[in-house]
Amino acid sequence: MRELAALMVLAAAAANCSAVEPQGAELEARVDRLAAELRCQVCDNQTIADSDAKLARDMKAVVREQLAAGRSEDDVIGFLSQRYGDYVLYKPPLRPSTWPLWFGPFVLLGAGLWLLWRTLKRQKGEQA
Amino acid sequence: MKRFVPVAVFAALLLLLGVGLSLRPGERPTALAGKPAPAFTLQRIGAPGQPFQSRQLEGKVWLLNVWASWCGPCRNEHPVLVDLARQNVAPIVGLNYTDNFDDSGKWLAEHGNPYLAAVFDGDGRVGMDWGVVGVPETFVIDKQGHIRLRHVGPVTQQVLRDKLLPLLKELQGA
Amino acid sequence: MIGELGSFALMLALGLALVLGTVPLAGAWRGRQDWIGLARPAAWALALFVTLSFGLLLTCFAQNDFSIRYVAAHSNSMLPLYYRLAGAWGGHEGSLLLWIQVLALWLAAVAHGSRRLPAEVAARVLAVMGLIAVGFLAFILFTSNPFERLLPAARDGGDLNPLLQDIGMIIHPPLLYMGYVGFSVAFAFAVAALLGGRLDAAWARWSRPWTLAAWAFLTLGIFMGSFWAYYELGWGGWWFWDAVENASFMPWLVGTALLHSLAVTEKRGAFRGWTVLLAILAFSLSLLGTFLVRSGVLSSVHAFASDPQRGLFILGFLAVVIGGALVLYTWRAPALGGGGTFSLWSRETLLLLNNVLLLAATAAVLLGTLYPLLLDALGMGKISVGPPYFDAVFAPLMLPVLALLAAGPFVAWKRDTWRALPASLRHAALAVLLAGLAASFGLGLGLLAAAGLALASWIALASSLHLWLRLGEGGSWRHRLLRQPASYWGMLAAHVGLAVFVAGVALVKSGESHVDASLRVGATVRAGELEYRFVAMERHDGPNYVAARGTFEVWQGTRRIAILQPEKRYYPVQQSPMTEAAIDRGWTRDLYLSLGEPAADGGWQVRIQHKPFVAWIWSGVLAIALGGFLAAFDRHYRVRRTAAQPISQLTSLEGVSA
Repeated sequence: MRELAALMVLAAAAANCSAVEPQGAELEARVDRLAAELRCQVCDNQTIADSDAKLARDMKAVVREQLAAGRSEDDVIGFLSQRYGDYVLYKPPLRPSTWPLWFGPFVLLGAGLWLLWRTLKRQKGEQA
Repeated sequence: MKRFVPVAVFAALLLLLGVGLSLRPGERPTALAGKPAPAFTLQRIGAPGQPFQSRQLEGKVWLLNVWASWCGPCRNEHPVLVDLARQNVAPIVGLNYTDNFDDSGKWLAEHGNPYLAAVFDGDGRVGMDWGVVGVPETFVIDKQGHIRLRHVGPVTQQVLRDKLLPLLKELQGA
Repeated sequence: MIGELGSFALMLALGLALVLGTVPLAGAWRGRQDWIGLARPAAWALALFVTLSFGLLLTCFAQNDFSIRYVAAHSNSMLPLYYRLAGAWGGHEGSLLLWIQVLALWLAAVAHGSRRLPAEVAARVLAVMGLIAVGFLAFILFTSNPFERLLPAARDGGDLNPLLQDIGMIIHPPLLYMGYVGFSVAFAFAVAALLGGRLDAAWARWSRPWTLAAWAFLTLGIFMGSFWAYYELGWGGWWFWDAVENASFMPWLVGTALLHSLAVTEKRGAFRGWTVLLAILAFSLSLLGTFLVRSGVLSSVHAFASDPQRGLFILGFLAVVIGGALVLYTWRAPALGGGGTFSLWSRETLLLLNNVLLLAATAAVLLGTLYPLLLDALGMGKISVGPPYFDAVFAPLMLPVLALLAAGPFVAWKRDTWRALPASLRHAALAVLLAGLAASFGLGLGLLAAAGLALASWIALASSLHLWLRLGEGGSWRHRLLRQPASYWGMLAAHVGLAVFVAGVALVKSGESHVDASLRVGATVRAGELEYRFVAMERHDGPNYVAARGTFEVWQGTRRIAILQPEKRYYPVQQSPMTEAAIDRGWTRDLYLSLGEPAADGGWQVRIQHKPFVAWIWSGVLAIALGGFLAAFDRHYRVRRTAAQPISQLTSLEGVSA
């Protein structure tokens, strides 16, 4: 009977590795979200969330520590990009050098729509 | 006039790709180039009671070599470092990265210790402060405490001759 | 011997390609029928020798000939036969040979299917494809010959990359290449039209089925890659916006725009220059993809061994082929003419809008893929552009496409009013809008997910409505259904497939969850309402690997609903570990279990993922591909050849409409 109890405690303890208090779960969700935006520095194109590499796991641990300590996502991003450069960020920071990247597609869309409008207008002129 | 746009865009793309071929996407310069070297205080290997502070090297030109006992290429570059230390050009601090305290002590005893101080960075956090991604890596720091160079990979005689020594000489002259 | 024969066959093929690429073109220009007549036989002969060469490479793999460097690098005597054969395209050189083999297949198909075309048109199309073959054959023979010898021969091979030892690996590249290379047919038709001065509705009718088939294959190829990555790579992702994935997605997006543009050119003779440009662009993106993957310019998980010298060769090839086509376009564009006019609210306008949006989306993908390279080339540092960027930019651009696509079929050609839209459609729109809002606030779905779901239902509703209205009255159900042309079913399948796909994506992204645990044998972990019991861990060896296989039972209350057996494998020859995830698939959810590292205390790291409605992603894409094939084989494309008027003389619609 005692063995059974011990086994159940063990099972519960093992299960408890994943059963977490709400705030822990919320923290993990934030860690995962952020880790999915950070690039593993020793892999061929993987996030630190997906990579098993030692450095990726260390970086993920740092993310968890800092978020748990109350720092914001931006703080952590700043911390890591200070050390590894913008290369570590899968979401390129918005600055003049990346304006064409972030706004380009929409500018092109606008240009395309404008060209379309002109073509339609011109056709109307020809029809009249 | 619109009809010239496709060719023009393509020509620009070709130019970009042509230039791209001459680049090397694998190479990554340090994000800390020109910036102050991150300070650290770590335990020495072999002398646990006396921590080493990087601030002690203020005003000097020095090298930081990141190594580990489990790293093969570190073994290969070590004689070059031992040799460099013997030339007394600049002090070398060895950052033992994510290693085992005892293993690293034994390794140094076996292969020689070129370091002014061999410091233990067991969890790799100091390495992370320096933007280290692997071993071995070697940094050159100037008298103002700014990082001037990061070399990724083992330091060979050629690297020493062509990259490190000239830079060290230049910085020391300044 | 076989290796040398293989190289020799390629050399013969190159000679034939040179003939094919020049003589018929000159013949079409000069009006020499005997030169024109050379096209088909030359194409068949070229296809024959390429196929022979490819067959010889397969033989080398089958026979474990490790005196051939490429075989030694990508195979191993312990590798099962089917993987040995698939290894033929596991590396750079062999995959190039596969590329040219697929080109040979398309050449043969076009040689056969073009019998109904005017002789000069067929000659030009085949000749252009021949010129493309020249480029690739030269590339293979001079820089990347898979038959190169390794002397002395290796005792045994270096084994195929374990990630590639999988059924998905066997079919993903051929399917993908069928698509990539298939766009060369559309490209060839476009260039032929520019050269010959004939660009009209008949031309569109000729190129459409080829484009549809290539596009459908590309859809399947992308699907296979994604599906494979999902179960093979072990972390449950299926799309990463990796450079190589983008390289296949961009031609697909442009190909979709091209299909719709071709529809307009065929029906109303409009958009001619634009359609030609799209055809050139689609194939250009295919070639660009080839360049990106093999030149070392971008780093990626599945880039081939990089070599800037090879990159230079491909770049030169790109310059000649694409540059040449674009110069030709620039020169001939003024002569292309306009075609039918249409009013502001018409199907033409909606299709043009579709094109503008799709091209903007393609530009977004291209921009994101090349931007790191651009900044690096300008000396402005190294950045990364990944999923957060693409998700943020791509989705907003595609949402309007989804909205318009449902309405498109209801709008008439040339001129319509939007008041003419059926009242039922407007009711459906309102219903979907309300449902979307309800989902967003009630179910707590994010805005994007709710929008995706709403638009997906919008498409499904509108398509059903359209079908209902179209079936109309009169006759039995069977008669009414069979009366619809294959192209209509194709459109329906593709549009509804897209809706299913979008719904799947929205639901997975908003609803997926995971649990990480460290478990020892005998332990249990709870994930949601399910219980995962770690029942056993055994050693299980395969033909060329050793594995630790875990057995997990999944219980829902008192019912065992699944047994999952994830593995951690080790391939001794390449000394690489691999994770084989265990998946319990279902229509409403996938249960995804993967093993991580074993811990020192005997426990294993386990990741359990719950992925709702992933199956909809796969079935949606398959439906899209099916739609493409259905449309490609519509009877209407196999009509006898009709005389076509030169560009300059065309004033109104020529050809058949359905």
